[in-house]
Amino acid sequence: MTFAQAQHGFLSPTGVEIAFLLVGLVTLGAALITVTTRQLVHAALWLVVALGGLAVEYLLLTAEFIAWVQVLIYVGSVVVLLLFGLMLTKAPIGHSPDADSGNRWAALTVAVAAAVALVWVVTDAFRTTWLDLDGPAAGTTAVTGASLFRHWVLPFEALSVLLLAALVGAIVLSRKARADEAAAPAAPAKEGVR
Amino acid sequence: MHLAYPAVLSALLFCTGLYGVLARRNAILVLMSVELMLNAVNLNLVAFDVWLSRTAKDTLHSGQALTLFTIAIAAAEIGIGLAIVLAVYRNRGTSDIDKLRDTAEGPETADPDTEGPGTSAAEKAEAPA
Repeated sequence: MTFAQAQHGFLSPTGVEIAFLLVGLVTLGAALITVTTRQLVHAALWLVVALGGLAVEYLLLTAEFIAWVQVLIYVGSVVVLLLFGLMLTKAPIGHSPDADSGNRWAALTVAVAAAVALVWVVTDAFRTTWLDLDGPAAGTTAVTGASLFRHWVLPFEALSVLLLAALVGAIVLSRKARADEAAAPAAPAKEGVR
Repeated sequence: MHLAYPAVLSALLFCTGLYGVLARRNAILVLMSVELMLNAVNLNLVAFDVWLSRTAKDTLHSGQALTLFTIAIAAAEIGIGLAIVLAVYRNRGTSDIDKLRDTAEGPETADPDTEGPGTSAAEKAEAPA
């Protein structure tokens, strides 16, 4: 292992590393456009590029099941939900100059400081750590399913309860308007309390 | 592959999401930035799981299991978050985070306080009619 570590340098990247770097640049650029663009719908669409790029990174890390779950859940449903949210809140289509709040420079300072600190610590800690991607894949469906249903059954079932609770909660929150109309005669009492 | 590549990419993505959370004004854009931060954490979990599954003897693939759990919880979070944003939009007519200051302290409370309950009282007065 130490010999293997000694052989790998940053100046002679392997093919997987070059692919990871290129896809990572695309992902990071899409993420930067997502948080800086002034057009709200474009932000959601660039988020698709960022999340899809991350799915490719998972594939390059041989975690194929998670890559397809990422495509299905994030690109498939979360972005669609976000687009529906933008539509239902009547987000302006086109250039909206007030997409950023006034504390942009404070946010930029915090983010750049956090990025410098994190990148410095991470590169210092894992400079020599080598990730062995040869051999059988670490995240095929068989491996992930076996570990999930052999060692992680109880958290998995608890998660299904959580999802059910979230489903019920989202429905209750979304039905609020009708409940208000039904409880309209009781509204003055609430006002008195306030 | 060097472990530094996914770790650095994950750190940069996290800070991008951090900037978005702090700088954005629309609540849905803040939720998008939160998704970016969660994805950065997922990339870290997957990379370290692949590394540990080679070096350690028995890791139960905890990193990938945790990644799946994080993805599911993020899906629940985005559903609840959007429901809350829609409820706020229905009550206030805006999803602008800067204007939701009912719990703010200090001299600025006078302005939104007269706006917030005033509009909602007007809505409630209109509702029975």
